[in-house]
Amino acid sequence: MNQVEHVANLARLQLSREELERLSTQLSRILAYMEELNAVDTAGIPGTTSVVAGDANVLREDEVQPSLSQDQALRNAPDAVDGLFQVPQIISDR
Amino acid sequence: MSLVKGTLKELQDSFTRGDVSAVEIVRAYFLRISVVEPKVKAYVTLNDKEALLSQADALDQALSAWRKTEPMMAMPIAVKDNICTESLPTTCGSRILGGFVPPYSATVVDALRSQQCFLIGKTNCDEFGMGSSTEYSAFGASRNPWKLSHVPGGSSGGSAAAVAADECVAALGTDTGGSIRQPAACCGVVGLKPTYGRVSRYGLIAFASSLDQIGPITKDVMDAALLLNVLAGHDPRDSTSADESVPDFTRVFKKKDVKKLKIGVPLEFFAEGLDEEVYDAVGEALAVLEDLGGTLEEVSLPHTGVAVATYYIVATAEASSNLARYDGVKYGFRAKESPDLLEMYRSTRQEGFGPEVKRRIMLGTYALSSGYYDAYYAKAQAVRTLIREDFNRVFQDVDLLVTPVMPTPAFRLGEKIEDPLQMYLSDLYTISASLAGIPAISLPCGFSRKGLPIGMQILGRPFEEDVVLRAARAYELATDWRKKRPLIR
Repeated sequence: MNQVEHVANLARLQLSREELERLSTQLSRILAYMEELNAVDTAGIPGTTSVVAGDANVLREDEVQPSLSQDQALRNAPDAVDGLFQVPQIISDR
Repeated sequence: MSLVKGTLKELQDSFTRGDVSAVEIVRAYFLRISVVEPKVKAYVTLNDKEALLSQADALDQALSAWRKTEPMMAMPIAVKDNICTESLPTTCGSRILGGFVPPYSATVVDALRSQQCFLIGKTNCDEFGMGSSTEYSAFGASRNPWKLSHVPGGSSGGSAAAVAADECVAALGTDTGGSIRQPAACCGVVGLKPTYGRVSRYGLIAFASSLDQIGPITKDVMDAALLLNVLAGHDPRDSTSADESVPDFTRVFKKKDVKKLKIGVPLEFFAEGLDEEVYDAVGEALAVLEDLGGTLEEVSLPHTGVAVATYYIVATAEASSNLARYDGVKYGFRAKESPDLLEMYRSTRQEGFGPEVKRRIMLGTYALSSGYYDAYYAKAQAVRTLIREDFNRVFQDVDLLVTPVMPTPAFRLGEKIEDPLQMYLSDLYTISASLAGIPAISLPCGFSRKGLPIGMQILGRPFEEDVVLRAARAYELATDWRKKRPLIR
């Protein structure tokens, strides 16, 4: 239970007491199912991070290209002021 | 009403010949939608009918002097609601993107719009593509056109239902662990998940970036090829997009058989847990492919049994990272009146995400958290390598693999919603191809006694969509399943 709360905090989810309890049961069941992976011998097997052949980074010249205008970028913001995204106070003024 | 019954190919041909006008197409589809949409609930957002009508009218005027058309011109296409469409709301079936209107379109949407297709609307899906039934959409479940008490599958259930119910001529879906193929099977239509990298993901709202792929959901295999022709190709705006040559996928249909093709039947996909009716239908389909000249061969993919566990670690880990961006700052929903920033993040995400998304974020965050990373995430990535190697090995010997799409036909609404693990297990047969990044198509191969469609899956080597499509088309032409249409009541 403490662990579920810890993970919820890492994930920035303010779960209700009821959700924490339900998730605790459900995640235990799901993780128990995941245990079957332990039966697979993976010694010396490299992990797959991408199925793209070559798996190399794709680079381009660092040149300015057309992008969204300030107005377009702010249009979906829940709160914006003077061309900036506005959020609740972060640093106390007291 | 008959206009809406036709395939994409048939509608293209009528429009090219001038037998039908663009205005007639828009009118016919909106009429159809007004009749069946209240029952099917395939769409989250419909495009503005009047705007489309004036676009259609302008198109008809322009073509009156010289009728020069493009393949997707005037074709009424639906797009899954996790693909960005400039000026049309895009919600991913989530409250957290409520009111979000993308400032740009996905590359695939630009490709369709550049040919002047009609974007009919945005289709319903499980929230962020996380689900197998559309029941996890924040806007309510879509229904299976064959039986309204049953799910259309998911997560691209709205797209599959819209195609099956003639509410569009073809649709775009997205597939992370089966989200194109499984709903296509549930709704008796065709769904193709291309090779990872074949279609640009630019503008596809990310769920699990190493798995997500956009693909067509259509009335038949010919239509899937026609749509893939427009979707496929390298895109400099997606670093995982493959710089592979793109053939004309309709040209492969010159051959109407599967002679010289070796077809593998993976034993693990026909083992316990598979519904008897599905087993029989896919078995009969294999016999048809053999009659068409294919050689059948039993093969083994030994790591199939651990694919679901592997997938739900890899996909949830990637999702927990991708969905960290929904913080209520730059777009979408923000919870009201939070005293400070941290509280705002926490309550925004708490109120904005639905239960399945939260469950997967929790699972993924746990799998990536300090002390558990090696046991879960690193382990799953290593097993993913073994799953890929299974496929590499069998594809040295056979050209294609044939399997069921789903262990059962579509299930009832509400049947699995309280049991997440059962819901995950319904992806059993589609997940392996996602982990391996290979192309796979789902197409109808029969019906259950209750009248629900059954799908078969054909898998191929990376970038061999042409071989997959050729076999699927040969099978389709040798059978009549595609001609059966649901009676929506």
